[in-house]
Amino acid sequence: MGRNAAAVLASIVGLVMVLTAFARPLEFLGTAVVDWFNVLAAIAFVLGGANLLKMNLLKISARDAGWGYSAVTVSVFLITIGVGLLKVGAHPDPLHPDVALSGDKEAVGGAFWWLYEYAMSPITSTLFALLAFYVASAAFRAFRAKNTAAILLLGTAFVVLLGRVYVGVLLTSWIPADNAWVSWLRLENLSGIIMGVFNNAGTRAMMIGIAIGIAATSLKILVGLDRSYLGSSD
Amino acid sequence: MSDRPNESFLARLDRIDRRWIFLMMAIAVAGPIIWVGVTGRTFPETATPAVQGAFDAIERLPEGSKVLISFDFDPASAGELQPMATGFIHHCQLRKHRIYAMTLWAPGSPLIGATLADVIGSDPSYRYGENFVDLGYQAGNEGVMKQVGVDFPKAFPNDSKGTPLARIPMMQGITRLSDFDILISVSAGYPGGKEWVQYGVSPTLTQGHRLPFVAGSTGVQTPQMIPYYPVQMSGILGAIKGAAEYESLVNAKATAPGETVPAKYQEAQRRMAPQLFGHSLMVGLILVGNVIFFAGRRKGAAE
Amino acid sequence: MTFAVTILAQDAAPAAGWFMPGKGILAITLVIVAAAVMLSILWARAGRPIRIRKIAGLDAVDEAVGRATEMGRPVLFIPGIQDMDNIQTVAGITILGKVAKTAAEYDAEIEVPTTRSLVMTTAREAVHASYLSAGRTDSYNPDRIYYVSDEQFAFVAYTGGLMQRKRPAACFYFGCFFAESLILAENGNSIGAIQVAGTAETTQLPFFVASCDYTLIGEEFFAASAYLSGEPDQLGTLLGQDLVKGLAWAAVLVAALLATVAAVTGHEGLASFVNGARAALGGG
Repeated sequence: MGRNAAAVLASIVGLVMVLTAFARPLEFLGTAVVDWFNVLAAIAFVLGGANLLKMNLLKISARDAGWGYSAVTVSVFLITIGVGLLKVGAHPDPLHPDVALSGDKEAVGGAFWWLYEYAMSPITSTLFALLAFYVASAAFRAFRAKNTAAILLLGTAFVVLLGRVYVGVLLTSWIPADNAWVSWLRLENLSGIIMGVFNNAGTRAMMIGIAIGIAATSLKILVGLDRSYLGSSD
Repeated sequence: MSDRPNESFLARLDRIDRRWIFLMMAIAVAGPIIWVGVTGRTFPETATPAVQGAFDAIERLPEGSKVLISFDFDPASAGELQPMATGFIHHCQLRKHRIYAMTLWAPGSPLIGATLADVIGSDPSYRYGENFVDLGYQAGNEGVMKQVGVDFPKAFPNDSKGTPLARIPMMQGITRLSDFDILISVSAGYPGGKEWVQYGVSPTLTQGHRLPFVAGSTGVQTPQMIPYYPVQMSGILGAIKGAAEYESLVNAKATAPGETVPAKYQEAQRRMAPQLFGHSLMVGLILVGNVIFFAGRRKGAAE
Repeated sequence: MTFAVTILAQDAAPAAGWFMPGKGILAITLVIVAAAVMLSILWARAGRPIRIRKIAGLDAVDEAVGRATEMGRPVLFIPGIQDMDNIQTVAGITILGKVAKTAAEYDAEIEVPTTRSLVMTTAREAVHASYLSAGRTDSYNPDRIYYVSDEQFAFVAYTGGLMQRKRPAACFYFGCFFAESLILAENGNSIGAIQVAGTAETTQLPFFVASCDYTLIGEEFFAASAYLSGEPDQLGTLLGQDLVKGLAWAAVLVAALLATVAAVTGHEGLASFVNGARAALGGG
């Protein structure tokens, strides 16, 4: 019963959302529903925060593997919330200096800004930079010329990798740039052709296929044919 | 000591601990960073059509045009995207355009203030609220894009400091997205350039004309953006390479021959040397991997 | 037909009518897609056979979960890093239901870290239903499906650490992924896990292909629920998808031919028609 009601609700809301894209009188609903989702997502933050605390406190109390990391997580979570809510170190708003907590928590010099600048920024940048190391290791292991398709892939990778840096320009600088018959063979131009023609054609085909897949999946959900996301696969 | 004493060198190389590869990459990147830091030298760049298109789109606007720039990235991707954001703001400053900065990524909000302060903070001709404004972050992803398309003040009722838009002089006359002269998005993923094309820019199409749009994106995201160039988008800066090409165009406009370019306007160009050695190492690793593969196959066939 | 004429008439007269200007072609496309899918479902319901090719990644679910059971290690499932408003997350949760049912039948432990608490709640529902249908509700543990962080790289750091500590024998990545895809898949590779991935993010597919044992590419990912259930209704939607794809293919071919002929011959009427069609479709 509960799942049927949820599926009916999902269908109605989904169909109304489709109509908001075309019907002028319903246009306002399109943005209103986004506001509702934001409200829901904000409430979900509380649920997420509570779950984070519960899981990590359980880990600490059970001395599970990696419980020390959980202690760090809980501490930093509570410190960041406290610093943000209480606007620790934030300067008062010049327009309303007498009003408590009127300052901007993100303003330069505040504790929240400090956490952003000296903790979050370097940590997330470092994790993003790890990609360079993983890409190198994956390329060494996986890029093997096992068959014709793999050889084509390898050749393309070489051209794009070299064509995007100055060494590629140097390697083929002897090819005249002003002769239209041969200038496309310069690595930087060949790299552009691969990206703009072959890669673009493949990307477009995949985008069309994926878009049709998304439309069909959405339709299944709208008409209630697929309720597996509600936990009713049978 | 190897646990397999009769194993050939190539076979041992095939089982190399990936941390050696990590170390090689660290050296390949760190060495050029130090070299560029000490010498200040960079490689020459020639703009590709997509980058030239982005430059021309901003360049051809008359002085004082309204430029909306969306900082859709976070500190994690700032290494790749911050030079683009700096380059766009610098170019707009040179052309004396009015800059409206916003973000759809919560961690992107402080990056707006830092970039504006870094580029136009010391320019007395740029006054807050008259020549530039920081609209801050707004939650809602594509919903905000749709909203700014029909009612901009509803999506952004205040600037990042809470000042109502009605009290900001340069916001007068801004009612919807099509009131701007160009849209720029610097994005690392979702929501970003692709969503701006679909939900922001495409609906502005009226009588064959749509809002000009320029985007900068990470190297990984760029192939997804190329299908929209040059119809829905006037230009793309793809990865740090695109940023370096754009920087060289802006710097050529900003400085006289022989004049020193401040390091902050060369960040992307300075990153092309580590990029070169990183890519060369990748090519080398792939070649070594294939030598091992073919040697192993030959040995297998012989046995 | 009448619908199309009405829509296009309103499309051309933006000031009047209830219909939003510039959306005529989109509305007609939507109707064609919906009609193709619904007719295909009716076709399938009539008992006509629909053949679906093998998708190795989905066939490998049993093998991967079985291996995890034999080794006494957990199964890790990550439904992407976006919220429930992303259709890829919904498709990922659908596959989670199948994986969880297999895990329940084999009595393997399944762990589902999420980046959104709404996804956590939905995933719990899906896993609970799977354990229920496998008759193993006593083994269901909601605490193994939990929220980590909305922040992309905080989630990556946690999941990377989890992989190194718990060394899951099977890792499934189904949903919307960005830069974290390679970090997750390489971590899984380093611990020797069987890895199956599926995403519609074209930019992340090369990373999954390089590091995972099986990858569901683009639309294969959305075909998963039909493939796994084998129900006529679900298979019908796949047939509908293929019909629409055929129409798209024909439209691209005809348009490319017309544009080429117009460019080569310089025929003004044809060029004007091609440009008009491009403008009507939003090509500008």
